[in-house]
Amino acid sequence: MTPEIFIQILASGLLMGLIYALIAVGLSLIFGLMDVVNFAHGEFMMLAMYATFGAVLLIAIDPLFLAPLVVAALFVVGATAYLGVVQYAMRAKANLGMVQIFATFGLAVVIRGVAQLLFTPDYRNLPPNLLGGKTVSLGGIYLPLPQLAGGLVSVAAFTGLWLLITKTDFGKALEATREDAGAVALVGIDKNRVFTLGWGLGAALVGLAGAMLAINYYIYPDVGAPFALIAYVVVALGGFGSVFGALAAGILVGLVEAVSAVILPSSLKAVGIYALYLAVVFVRPRGLFGSL
Amino acid sequence: MIPPLLSVEGVSRRFGGLAAVSEVSLSVGPGEIVGLIGPNGAGKSTLFNLIAGAIPVSAGTIRFEGEDITGLSAPDRCRRGIARTFQVVKSFDSMSVLDNVVVGALVRHPHASRARLKAAEVLDFAGLAGRAAAPAGDLTPPEKRRLEVARALATEPKLLLLDEVMTGLTPAEAQKGVELVRRVRETGVTVLMVEHVMEIVMPLVDRAFVLHLGRELAHGKPADVARDPGVVAAYLGDRRRAA
Amino acid sequence: MAVHALPRDLAETTAAYDRRRRNELLFFGAVVLALAALPLAVRDVYAQNVIVLTLMYAALSQSWNILGGYCGQISLGHALYFGIGAYTTSLLYTKAGILPWFGMLAGGLLAAALALALGYQLFRLAGHYFSIATIVIAEAGLLLVHNWDWAGAATGIQWPYVPDSWATFQFGRDKLPYIYFALGLFVVTWLVTFLIEGSRWGYWWRAVKDNADAAQSLGVMIFKSKMAAAAVSAFFTAVGGSFYAAFVSYIDPESVMAFQFSLLMALPAVLGGIGTLWGPALGAAILIPMTEVTRSYLGGSGRGIDLIVYGALIMVVALARPQGLVSLFTRRPAPKV
Repeated sequence: MTPEIFIQILASGLLMGLIYALIAVGLSLIFGLMDVVNFAHGEFMMLAMYATFGAVLLIAIDPLFLAPLVVAALFVVGATAYLGVVQYAMRAKANLGMVQIFATFGLAVVIRGVAQLLFTPDYRNLPPNLLGGKTVSLGGIYLPLPQLAGGLVSVAAFTGLWLLITKTDFGKALEATREDAGAVALVGIDKNRVFTLGWGLGAALVGLAGAMLAINYYIYPDVGAPFALIAYVVVALGGFGSVFGALAAGILVGLVEAVSAVILPSSLKAVGIYALYLAVVFVRPRGLFGSL
Repeated sequence: MIPPLLSVEGVSRRFGGLAAVSEVSLSVGPGEIVGLIGPNGAGKSTLFNLIAGAIPVSAGTIRFEGEDITGLSAPDRCRRGIARTFQVVKSFDSMSVLDNVVVGALVRHPHASRARLKAAEVLDFAGLAGRAAAPAGDLTPPEKRRLEVARALATEPKLLLLDEVMTGLTPAEAQKGVELVRRVRETGVTVLMVEHVMEIVMPLVDRAFVLHLGRELAHGKPADVARDPGVVAAYLGDRRRAA
Repeated sequence: MAVHALPRDLAETTAAYDRRRRNELLFFGAVVLALAALPLAVRDVYAQNVIVLTLMYAALSQSWNILGGYCGQISLGHALYFGIGAYTTSLLYTKAGILPWFGMLAGGLLAAALALALGYQLFRLAGHYFSIATIVIAEAGLLLVHNWDWAGAATGIQWPYVPDSWATFQFGRDKLPYIYFALGLFVVTWLVTFLIEGSRWGYWWRAVKDNADAAQSLGVMIFKSKMAAAAVSAFFTAVGGSFYAAFVSYIDPESVMAFQFSLLMALPAVLGGIGTLWGPALGAAILIPMTEVTRSYLGGSGRGIDLIVYGALIMVVALARPQGLVSLFTRRPAPKV
């Protein structure tokens, strides 16, 4: 293997990893906030992809510029999911964990059904656009333009998220609610409002990832499932609730996947990710950056 | 001199850099009721967890009936005859009151039918017979404390560790609790009890052992301990902080 | 402590316990008899097919319930054990001519052994970390089988066409043998759960689920409890997988090891009531016929209405009846947690 090829592999792995991190961070954020694993997370991403697809057909603007619109729409979807379903699941007097799993899983099935109803089970892709199918050469390394844009968007989103958490009042309320949801009520923070915004934010982040992925991926009702699985792995690997853990684990997963794709048959490339994940959690049961 | 039932020898426990318990030594003789008291954060519950085997020691030795049990797990210590209650009640809420106690009784009676009889007997002893069929989650807080004692007694222990069983009880309920502890001792069980409130424990215990900031502050007869200037200062300081 | 005669209300409590257990067995016997008579009344092949699946999922969910419901370890990777049963039986039969009855036993034992090997690592993980790890391991298993050429890879394994026979457990048109076997499997899993519920293991498992710290202080071996529950649960799940392979006589990785099977095993228990004797059966009796009916009446259009109905039902029951539907039939309210 020449050094160029090796760097090429690492570069594309890094870009994919940044996207994985962006998909996973919303899941991790919601978990850190309220101990709920959202089993409809992949479906949120699928919705974002269809939203991009639908918007491109309707208004014929380049999908890149539609991303903010999609993100806003997904924010509403996430907040609605919390207000309409999850807040009731949080009130269960028995089997809380199971209720949360199956309430969000039921929601996922409904969303998939709605997507089938509106768009049929067919595979769709976007009409030709600015980035789709194009590559750029940087010092002899070829990078697909959609992935490069996705990676950059992910870096920007993580920077924004970091600023949001550390510099704004909402960020402080978010941190305080994560630390102790019971106590925040005493200092005048409306827990329900923080949760609603938290779900909106979580969905908006995965929505951004979906909008970027829509550019060069097939869109179909079940497209969320494989990405959601990777997101669970990333979150468990990084440590549930850790934003930085999601970023680091996302990149790690992207790199390992890219390397596995070279040394293993392509159909087995996910085995590399699973092996990495299992090796880590068996040594560190709460992930790389999870608090013990 | 009768050999002690439990002896804690130079036991320490650190959490990170923080020493929760430092070089504490104490012994409890068979048949005694010993009080472990001290202000908040004195390390009482940590010491309890070390004796019960819920967490490992950082240094020191714990002996039970003369044998070194420092390396034994909590279930193994239970089998040796150490039972405990928890400061924050930990009942099995999806099970009935009787079934909660059956779990304890199974240690000595592997056959569930025999364990059920034993559990019924202990429930009666603890004054919970009327609530046997109720779901544990439906009990009132004082009943739950009683249930924890019953569950621990069902393991037929030689040493019973009671962690703040009187906390949150009204004076009348606490009096019933004191009564129960006395009856437990009458059956031959040795008791080591943690209490925050000195007024409750002092009349009950044979000896008191005071912890402060993870170290032994004083020990001896309750009346002497209560007059100890160091103890008085520690408690006053605690009250002043709390105020 | 002096042993004395139990006071009346306690004697009554233990007697009530024995009565309740006996009544449960009698009721179970009545239900089984009714189920055994059902296919004689229902002759329609499609309906009989639904009965087979319902009984199979009742048994599978009961198996899942042993680990997930009683011991509180929420596995979302039971498709792995189902697949091991299906593949072991199919491979032994098609490659070595070993009859499915032996394959069933082999698959069950293999799954139990694997559950113990995996549990050794997995049971150090808590809560969601455990559930996610079970998903990942099952997915890794699916992927490996997908790439395992000797086992048919993505194409799967087709059982040879043979005349109807109990030896090979192959019946072309007759559904009755499958109904009775599935009923038998359900009876066995129910009885195993019933016996465990009244035994030391049953108490230990529920104690582990409710509060591991307290359980430990009462002498309960946490790790051993989880391992035992995992092994029993995996064994019966794999037997169910073996049965399914014989029933459909064709398997491929997606049709026996996909993630949705893991959920389908947990769902009836969740709907009916996890950690209860009747929850899985009640959940399966509602969920499976409903799934089949919505699929055949609404799914044919490919328009997703079946999914919407199905998903909404899961959501509604999870939210409205967190203790499961059996709680509708018990007199006293379920304990608060």
